[in-house]
Amino acid sequence: MPLLWLILIVLAIAAAGYALGRQRALASAGGDNRALHSLPSYYGSNVAIKAIVPAVLLMVAWLLIQPLYVGNAISGMIPEASVKEGSSLGLVMAEVRRAADGIDAAIAQGLLTDDEARNAEADVAAISQYLKDAGQVVTSELTRPILNAAQQYRVMNATGNLIMTVAVLILAVLGFLYGLKESHANFRARNSVERSVRALLVGAASIAILTTIGIVLSLVFNTIEFFRLYPAADFFFGTNWAPSFSGRGGSSDLGVLPLLWGTFYISIVALAVAVPIGLFAAIYLSEYAGPRVRAFAKPMLEVLAGIPTIVYGLFALLTVGPLLLKVFGDNGLDWMQSGTAVMTAGLVMGIMLIPFVSSLSDDIINSVPQAMRDGSYGLGATKSETIKQVVLPAALPGIVGAILLAASRAIGETMIVVLGAGAAARLSLNPFEAMTTVTAKIVSQLTGDADFASPEALVAFALGMTLFVITLILNIFALYIVRKYREQYE
Amino acid sequence: MTDATLNSGGSGKSLTARDARTKRRNASEKRFQAYGMIAIGIGFFFLVVLAFTIIRSGLPAFTKTVVDVEFTITQAEYEAAESELFKTKAYQDLFIAKLEAQLQERGLEVDFDAAAIERLLGKTGGTIREYYQGNSNRLGEPVQFELAASSRVDGYFNGRVTRDTIQDSRFLMKADLDIVDALHTAGIMKSAFNWTFLTGADSGVDNPGGAGIGASVVGSFFMMLVVLLLSLPIGVAASIYLEEFAPQNKFTDLIEVNISNLAAVPSIVFGILGLAVFIQFMHLPQSAPLVGGLVLTLMTLPTIIISTRASLKAVPPSIRDAALGVGASKMQAVFHHVLPLAMPGILTGTIIGLAQALGETAPLLLIGMVGFVARGYPDGIVAGFTDPNSAMPAQIYTWAARADVAFYEKAWGGIIVLLVFLLSMNILAIILRRRFERRW
Repeated sequence: MPLLWLILIVLAIAAAGYALGRQRALASAGGDNRALHSLPSYYGSNVAIKAIVPAVLLMVAWLLIQPLYVGNAISGMIPEASVKEGSSLGLVMAEVRRAADGIDAAIAQGLLTDDEARNAEADVAAISQYLKDAGQVVTSELTRPILNAAQQYRVMNATGNLIMTVAVLILAVLGFLYGLKESHANFRARNSVERSVRALLVGAASIAILTTIGIVLSLVFNTIEFFRLYPAADFFFGTNWAPSFSGRGGSSDLGVLPLLWGTFYISIVALAVAVPIGLFAAIYLSEYAGPRVRAFAKPMLEVLAGIPTIVYGLFALLTVGPLLLKVFGDNGLDWMQSGTAVMTAGLVMGIMLIPFVSSLSDDIINSVPQAMRDGSYGLGATKSETIKQVVLPAALPGIVGAILLAASRAIGETMIVVLGAGAAARLSLNPFEAMTTVTAKIVSQLTGDADFASPEALVAFALGMTLFVITLILNIFALYIVRKYREQYE
Repeated sequence: MTDATLNSGGSGKSLTARDARTKRRNASEKRFQAYGMIAIGIGFFFLVVLAFTIIRSGLPAFTKTVVDVEFTITQAEYEAAESELFKTKAYQDLFIAKLEAQLQERGLEVDFDAAAIERLLGKTGGTIREYYQGNSNRLGEPVQFELAASSRVDGYFNGRVTRDTIQDSRFLMKADLDIVDALHTAGIMKSAFNWTFLTGADSGVDNPGGAGIGASVVGSFFMMLVVLLLSLPIGVAASIYLEEFAPQNKFTDLIEVNISNLAAVPSIVFGILGLAVFIQFMHLPQSAPLVGGLVLTLMTLPTIIISTRASLKAVPPSIRDAALGVGASKMQAVFHHVLPLAMPGILTGTIIGLAQALGETAPLLLIGMVGFVARGYPDGIVAGFTDPNSAMPAQIYTWAARADVAFYEKAWGGIIVLLVFLLSMNILAIILRRRFERRW
């Protein structure tokens, strides 16, 4: 693993820099550290930082840019004729990459020599046979343009890696020497080190922004790619969801409406379970329960929130589903065909959301000023009348915010619906029928061996985008309400 | 309420007497309080049902049915078997003969044939031959054999398969249950602790008995290592900046808004991010714990930042002032004094964040960490990060999605293992908080 070695070498240079920088600064002060501007360790750290930071930054930038550059250069090499009807450049590039990986693996297993792998005139059939022997997945026979592109791809990557290694090492050594030159008793090493640390802190805090940008970019690019292959209007207004995996494109119906309907229906059932139970639990805990009951009951309810969703999924599939089937199925009321249904998933999701609604509402009810309650008691109202007519109206905006946050949780929940709600997408009002949701379909479209360039796989990104936008709006709205409400009483 | 005053004034009744209206109001008060208690009761009820279901359905995964039998094969029998054309068949016949003899000794009479034994115990002949080829010195002495029974037999003992529900198939016939009962009465067939489940890797779809969660525990471990090594330093650095250094400006606001939004983004969206950025764009290896760890790091960062900021905020300003007063720089005040005091709270928050990440499934499925990838232990530490592996919750999902009912039991068992890990992490967090948290 050459990259690991490169990192280790840079770290070794930095460690040497620390020791030498510290020593040099001390020596320049005649061994008396009172004559130094900063503590000796700051001089060492200064050299180490100057050796590591520029080198690592260059390495990261290089690793990000090289695949882009190589990809561009290679896709320019592929003649247009070799991009088949119904295929795209992206698919061909994926094949090139696979072929290159395959050649690497074949070399690693000793089936191919390095020279054979580089030979542009090599026999195409023989190479594809080698790749198959090496256990590589080769979709079809390699063609000459693809093989040549793959060979070029390997060569360019190898050269790029070599240049990067050299450049990174040179930069590390240069930083090391520069830092060492600075290490003198009068140098303000602490200020320099603290500036770097501060930059590091800012960088760490910016990761939140980078993550958001990453999410948005990865969704947007792939969604645009999807809409190039599949009309946007059919996606947003289509009422039929029937992806085909046999043929690429054309024959699939990818309408989002049945999925959105399933998502909302299940969320409504879940909220119908969670909101009354959670709200009454919160009222009881904050207004009636004594400190001892509260100290016991609140964490116990919150255990429900700490249980992983896969557990709830299994609970829906294997316990709640069969139970509902017994009551509402063939032998009972005959409303239900199978254990996986909107009701199953909604009920279990409701259980999961109870602590979510209750602890948020609990906080909000607690922040209603005591003076308002006292006023109401003073007028002769009972406790429940006070809660119903004073506390709840005052807390209402916050509670609505809490419910919206719970709704956004329900819409984004995946494992419960994957296991409990079924796989068939349909527009129906019967809650005992199997339906499916946006999240469940993202999982089913992206797991398995689907090619990333087919509309059937890319649709998952459009679904992800829909999901992200819906939950983002709900979250922003909910946070706005909660924040505005908090300010009112603070 | 004004009505009440009017009424009592008009009728001249005593204030202490309860009239119908007061009774109604008091009843409604009681009802309201009862609703609250019922709501909490329902919450508890679900918790208890959940715990009960998990334990009842999961415990059978930890036991398996074995045939524990002791018999002797003589040198002559060994040579005779080795000279046959179908050697393992010869050993199987030997085994059946020994078993029949032992049953007759105890006065139990059952017919059984080679096919029935194969359905119950798999290919026994091969196992026995392998043993004697390796240990030919044990010929002529009694040797103890422990052979695992098929998962259907497990099901019969767990009550999943009964005589009424069983349908004759190539896996198990009704008549085989007679043999099972006879062996059970003879004390030859019994339950044993299923070490395979704890230490093994995932098996094929037709072998639920051999499925184990060990490999995916290792996968989860490497993933958590990545999450811990990345999210703790990054989270702490980000919180220190926001809490101690950040000026009030647009950039800081932007970071704050992003953090609070990321905390509420559905986990599956992080999976999409991981797929698009780490696998499609950066070409990191698919199904690798390294990628899983990166995705979960991004997902847990907001949680860790929020709790770390709370613990930094809890350190009183006098500590900072004192440090600055004796000549420390701001950076020194924070790193030498505030951070160590906030550390217990930070660690507690980190452990809780890790526990949340440990139970997350959906993003892992998108980056290919599905259960059937976990076919064995990684060899070496680097391979642990980069070789395809699964994680506990993804393994559980894979078992739950399989058609064979025997895998459901494994899924519940896997949940027990997962919850044991989560519970110990949470208990550790509580102990840390109890032990080291200072109230100022």
